Amino acid sequence: MSATASTAPALRPFRSRRFDLASFVFSGLTGLATFLIIAILLVILGNVIYSGGASLSWRFITSGTESDMFDVRKAGVLPMIIGTTARVLLMTIFVLPVGVITAIYLTEYAASTSRFTRVIRSAINNLAGVPSIVFGLFGLGFFINFIGQHLDGVLHGTDTVWGKPALVWASLTLAVMTLPVVVVATEESLRAIPSGLREASLALGATKLQTIAKIVLPQALPGILTGAILAISRAAGEVAPILFTGAAYYMADLPTRLSDQFMDLGYHVFILSTQSPDIEKTRPILYATVLVLLLLTIALNVVAIFVRARMRRNLRMLQ
Amino acid sequence: MTEKSSPQIALPKVAATSGAADAAPVIIKVRELSLFYGAAQALNQISIAIRKNLVTAFIGPSGCGKSTLLRCFNRMNDLIDNVRIEGQVEINGEDIYSKEVHLIELRKQVGMVFQRSNPFPKSIFENIAYALRLHGTTRRAELEEIVERSLRQAALWDEVKDRLHTSALGLSGGQQQRLCIARAIAIRPEIILMDEPASALDPLATARIEELILELKRDFTIVIVTHNMQQAARISDHTAFFYLGRLVEYDATTKIFTHPAVKQTEDYVTGRFG
Repeated sequence: MSATASTAPALRPFRSRRFDLASFVFSGLTGLATFLIIAILLVILGNVIYSGGASLSWRFITSGTESDMFDVRKAGVLPMIIGTTARVLLMTIFVLPVGVITAIYLTEYAASTSRFTRVIRSAINNLAGVPSIVFGLFGLGFFINFIGQHLDGVLHGTDTVWGKPALVWASLTLAVMTLPVVVVATEESLRAIPSGLREASLALGATKLQTIAKIVLPQALPGILTGAILAISRAAGEVAPILFTGAAYYMADLPTRLSDQFMDLGYHVFILSTQSPDIEKTRPILYATVLVLLLLTIALNVVAIFVRARMRRNLRMLQ
Repeated sequence: MTEKSSPQIALPKVAATSGAADAAPVIIKVRELSLFYGAAQALNQISIAIRKNLVTAFIGPSGCGKSTLLRCFNRMNDLIDNVRIEGQVEINGEDIYSKEVHLIELRKQVGMVFQRSNPFPKSIFENIAYALRLHGTTRRAELEEIVERSLRQAALWDEVKDRLHTSALGLSGGQQQRLCIARAIAIRPEIILMDEPASALDPLATARIEELILELKRDFTIVIVTHNMQQAARISDHTAFFYLGRLVEYDATTKIFTHPAVKQTEDYVTGRFG
């Protein structure tokens, strides 16, 4: 960079000492925003683990609430763990077939430009934007008061078996709520499959159904499971949709039939924080229950992620 | 010259090598075929007759309709929305656009090899067994026999015989394309449509595909779309030149490349446009 005596134009130094304030501020802001997200997550997790960890014991997660759900020494959450797990698994069983078949219709059968397809698409998008309490009311009105009561009228005369909050109605309500997630995730994975594979199969004389079943769907499975994972994550912690459709304040027995009500971790957290005679004393149970809910959500996700990883590995062995 | 079809159907007048090519029976007969994508016309009143057990090449600049015409022969155009077809396509004397035609039977008899090799993400064996199973072959021994025969016929057997059960996607581009050919011939079609089968391959792999096509000619009728003029000259018996959705000239390949009757054809094959 030293000056030379030559007549050639002097090279400007590459190293500029000018301080670029705008980019410094901007990169600082992006870093700060990222840090904020991580900090919030850590504060929530830390708070829950710190306040709930002490009360979390083997006895707590393996016993029910026989005598007093607000007593730190006697409280247990086994019925809630079972209830939440059951409603999430049932929901997954309900939502996957409907969601996957809808996505197959939209990507493989419907003409992408048709008005009908556009209407379905926007209906799905709107469904995703509906507040979850509205789904709860829908479940009460449609599943319980309409389907349930009519079922009772046909099957049980004047007895009420299906026309009341039940595990099956809560799961179906959650399935309706998570349908858009599964449809969108499946559609994306179907669209990512090269059309050449479909053409190759059809050109060999396969029917459309055979092509979808044997060529398209196996490729789309990991994407479908991503949809399932997102649906499980969303549904596990939801309380509003199950408030009127299946969750019970207290049940002496575990649910054994689809028409039984159930206790639920999320709803129990709500009960503990609003119905307790002494909030301060029940706080450790409250936090421990929240911690269990978090762990259960993570566990359900881990199972789905594990299954997906195995499928991806099987697919990758062929790539 | 004993063809009894209506005179407006283009038939090559001069034999490629000997008079034998002219004597070959017509297997695909197209009458005044027009095809529209929405309002845009892609094929305009095409009439052409393709002879059995010969290699017929379709040449012409991009967008001239040669691939579209090829895809009319196994009705792959049906997959596209808004396609309207007028006119007639007869294969072995049957109108393939009539309502009674069973698409699956048609596609079993008219196989296709695509521009981009598209093996299924399955093993080499399963790629070929796929269509066999669909069409009712389930005995393991029979499957194995047909897979081997098809791979031998596609000149791929020696390269893959030790790894039949590994992924087809591990093969090179040229091998993948030969696998696609093996897959197509496994179900014994009469006609194989090839849509620029070597355009994505290097010269060596292309040469192998061309050798293969000349081999396959004995058992199959081959219609090939190509952008490669030398390729058309090397492997085809008859060549049809298309321009803007019309059939400009159709004749023996040697004639097209040496004494084309139409100026446009000459300009194209000599590289003056296209």
